Amino acid sequence: MSENKGKTFFIDQTRCTACRGCQAACKQWKKLAADETVNTGSYQNPPDLNGHTFKLVRFNEVEVDGKLKWVFFPEQCRHCLEPPCKMMADAFIPGAIIQDEVTGAVIYTEKTKELDYQTIREACPYDIPRKEESTGLLTKCNMCIDRVRAGMLPACVKTCPTYTMHFGDRDEMLAIARARLAEVQKASPAALLADSDLVRVLYLCEVHPSHYHHHMVADAGNASDRIGPFSRRALLAMRPLRTG
Amino acid sequence: MTNHWIDLKNSDVLLIMGSNAAENHPISFKWVTRAQQRGATLIHVDPRFTRTSAKADLYAPIRSGTDIVFFGGLIRHILDNELYFKQYVVDYTNASYLVGPDYDFKDGLFSGFNPQTASYDRKKWNFVTDDKGVTLKDPSLKDPRCVLQVMRRHYARYDLKTVVNVTGMPEDKVLAVWNSFASTGRPDKAGTILYAMGQCQHTVGVQNIRALSMIQMLLGNIGIAGGGVNALRGESNVQGTTDIALLCDNLPGYLPIPRATWADYDAYVKAGTPVTNDPQSANWWSNLDKYAASLLKAMYPTADHKEAYTWLPKIDDTKVVEYSWLSLFERMYNGGFKGAFVWGQNPCAGGANAGKNRKAMATLDWTVVVNLFENETSLFWKGPGVNPKDVKTEVFFLPACMSVEKDGSVANSGRWLQWREKSARFMGDSMSDGDIVIRLFEEVRKLYKAEGGKHPEPILNLDTAYLKDGAYDASALARRLNGTFLKDVTIADKQWKAGQQVPGFAALQADGSTACGCWIFSGSYTEQGNMMARHDRTQTPEQAAIGLFPNWSYAWPANRRILYNRAGVDQAGKPFDPKRAVIAWNGEKWVGDVPDGGWKPGEKLPFIMVREGRGQLYGPGRVDGPLPEHYEPFESPLAGNPLSPQRVNPTALHFAHEEKAVRDPRFPYVCTTYRVTEQWQSGTMTRKTAWLKEMQPDGFCEMSRELAAQLGVRNGDQVVLESVRGKVQVVAIVTPRLKPFTVMGETVHQVGIPWQFGWGQKKNATFDSANLLSPSVGDPNTGIPETKVFMVNVRKAPSGKQG
Repeated sequence: MSENKGKTFFIDQTRCTACRGCQAACKQWKKLAADETVNTGSYQNPPDLNGHTFKLVRFNEVEVDGKLKWVFFPEQCRHCLEPPCKMMADAFIPGAIIQDEVTGAVIYTEKTKELDYQTIREACPYDIPRKEESTGLLTKCNMCIDRVRAGMLPACVKTCPTYTMHFGDRDEMLAIARARLAEVQKASPAALLADSDLVRVLYLCEVHPSHYHHHMVADAGNASDRIGPFSRRALLAMRPLRTG
Repeated sequence: MTNHWIDLKNSDVLLIMGSNAAENHPISFKWVTRAQQRGATLIHVDPRFTRTSAKADLYAPIRSGTDIVFFGGLIRHILDNELYFKQYVVDYTNASYLVGPDYDFKDGLFSGFNPQTASYDRKKWNFVTDDKGVTLKDPSLKDPRCVLQVMRRHYARYDLKTVVNVTGMPEDKVLAVWNSFASTGRPDKAGTILYAMGQCQHTVGVQNIRALSMIQMLLGNIGIAGGGVNALRGESNVQGTTDIALLCDNLPGYLPIPRATWADYDAYVKAGTPVTNDPQSANWWSNLDKYAASLLKAMYPTADHKEAYTWLPKIDDTKVVEYSWLSLFERMYNGGFKGAFVWGQNPCAGGANAGKNRKAMATLDWTVVVNLFENETSLFWKGPGVNPKDVKTEVFFLPACMSVEKDGSVANSGRWLQWREKSARFMGDSMSDGDIVIRLFEEVRKLYKAEGGKHPEPILNLDTAYLKDGAYDASALARRLNGTFLKDVTIADKQWKAGQQVPGFAALQADGSTACGCWIFSGSYTEQGNMMARHDRTQTPEQAAIGLFPNWSYAWPANRRILYNRAGVDQAGKPFDPKRAVIAWNGEKWVGDVPDGGWKPGEKLPFIMVREGRGQLYGPGRVDGPLPEHYEPFESPLAGNPLSPQRVNPTALHFAHEEKAVRDPRFPYVCTTYRVTEQWQSGTMTRKTAWLKEMQPDGFCEMSRELAAQLGVRNGDQVVLESVRGKVQVVAIVTPRLKPFTVMGETVHQVGIPWQFGWGQKKNATFDSANLLSPSVGDPNTGIPETKVFMVNVRKAPSGKQG
């Protein structure tokens, strides 16, 4: 699929208030279980993505240029243009992870039960895949493919009150994301769109991506970001070998 | 709200103070962020850096309970630097009115104070009038007795240094906020103030809001798009229930509550109707008799309305707050009630001083709790430390429907009455509140008919014709609230038949020929149908320019979307800011919004709901003074008040037998309470919703890193908070979002705790309601409790123990 086709999210984090409507809407639409959590000294809860939490708003208190910022990161699968998790899965169980031809959504099927969890998780430059212990399935956001095929917005986008979350055709999303970025850069020159050439979820970061989360971008430059001889980003940018 | 949600996008500077709008009114940020995108500045003033602060262009921390110091300083700053909108101030506020010789302010007290009754003789604050009874004015604003000069003298004490010392807000932040907000005192700029319980829940709550309203009047920000005084209402339908007299001091439509001394209808009307001799004042409340007669006819359509008045309950001629929440629980605590209906509330978790409320409930012979689910109140008899055998109270639980399970209107903060149709069938034996009320009432009526009883007329004669197929019909009540002609009437050459709906409150009559349950709702359900159910986006270009949708739902009063909009135009009807005009006179008629009265430009003054027609910078109507004055919270880290020798509001509601922590070494930290996005009110509904509870499962205490280091507390540790009244154990969130304040040269630590959790939440819960800590003291005008500031101690919970 051409990289300008299919669907894409644009997530304008300058507008996110961390109301977590998206996090709740995701669980509601997909009828995902809730855990009996405890407060661990943070608003962020559950503390991490898990087998039944595909969307998680991360809260981080950071100091930027001497000013306190509380940054919010509504994290989800990036639906990579060339998904490393699929590449890895294809080497073991072809068809366990598929990519929808129309939207570009990366979808985990029933066959993910047969995959090695750690191998797939480590293949993801953004550390997204999780295993649902109750079913043995590997899980993550599927772009609400059922809704999208029915002409509806993904549940998280539909519920967002502040226009943080946008969803539509990739060329249109790229255009509004770039226009918004230019606007935000007037006051925050360091603003950027994280890995916008690689993924279908365009995160507009007002401050350095590392302030949001370690895995906001594919390659934060750490040794741990390397898989074998390649950095995660290099791996992500690789094109699978095609014949013909 | 004087304005409405969409209108926030029209603002140039938005000051959120006493509200955490991003968390507690998430949808508001749809419009706040739109304004920011236009280039507006968002300011957040709050003791805590919250999700609202995270989005603000400017955040300024303030010690809880010192808002009037900050506002008073801003008033002085605006006056000293001539930053006010002079034409507006002279034409549309009472700045020019001459205050009478009996007014005085000395040592923290206004003239007329009676220490025995802890109340003021408000006549001492009157204006000077001429021989026709019209207030004397000095439009040059130079007379030393004019309101503007009285204000100048009053706020002279609120200098920058004092503001910094008392509020704990750094000087650069004080000036940055003042300068930014005061920049809207020009015709082409709009500033709005958004507030919520952070302004209200204080012993100076009403005066906090008076103070911010005065700032908006000085800057010419009331009656314009992107301006206004905007209370963000919480519990849906708190706006609607207030409109139909939830509060103890009024009848539906904000008519005054009858008093025992107003024995007959004529006395009530005379006492309740303000009189003005100023021909320019519309004095809208001069119509009170029409609204009162119509209300009585709505309740008793076949009776004479004057006789029906004698059937209404009347309060004793005492302070109205003696009928408010805190006083009711004080009386209950002292055994003053046999039984209580607790309807859609949770006083044993959500009410101030919840521990006292729990003890009070145990004095009752019976209580009826009406709610969706069991909560700390319906279960009080088996709560922590209570032996059910020791509780005599018989508890009845009536399961109620949820809002989506019934038809009806909900009034939003912008006064839009929005009709909702039920979208789900009620579950089990639950019933709508309307059905519960009517069935209970009819049973009582049956008993009266069978056995007789005291004062039977109001029971036997009340009209309850709101049933359809045996069930409560919200439409029938909505029609009655709008109003109906009871006789054939001709008004302005138009004939109306008995039984027809009135077109609006202008048609209501004082002679008993109309019935109307709530005059401000008149126009919402007319012969054209249910106007509240409209979903029509049609608008004129003028309306489109400011995001005004007059055909969407119905806004009280008269479908007016922005109140006092005549103050947004000059005496010729020309908008001060033509780019975002709310109304404008086109030479023949008004265009845009529904004007505050249809008179031609300049004919009447814009503030039609106050007696003299001008905005009240000086407000002689409140019980605690004509000008806001800083008093320390009842519980405070300071022994005195840096502004005057009077430490606390001398008229505040409090119970002398209850101990207060004042600069008490046992309780050294300021504490405030608040809500979180993920829980709703006392959590009765949301604590049952797994996805919400997962996100925000427990009570917590937010504290600064500095205080945590001092206490040896790490992030995530269990801590115990203790006040004079009780203690709770919660999780510590140690965060740079709270910082110690420097107050009068000393370090003052403030902590905060959400109040939406309680012991009934999950099995073996270790924590309980934050309101076990909060005090029974309240505002003297409204009785609202001071739950936003009190003193606590904080310590690390015994190690290894969760309980």
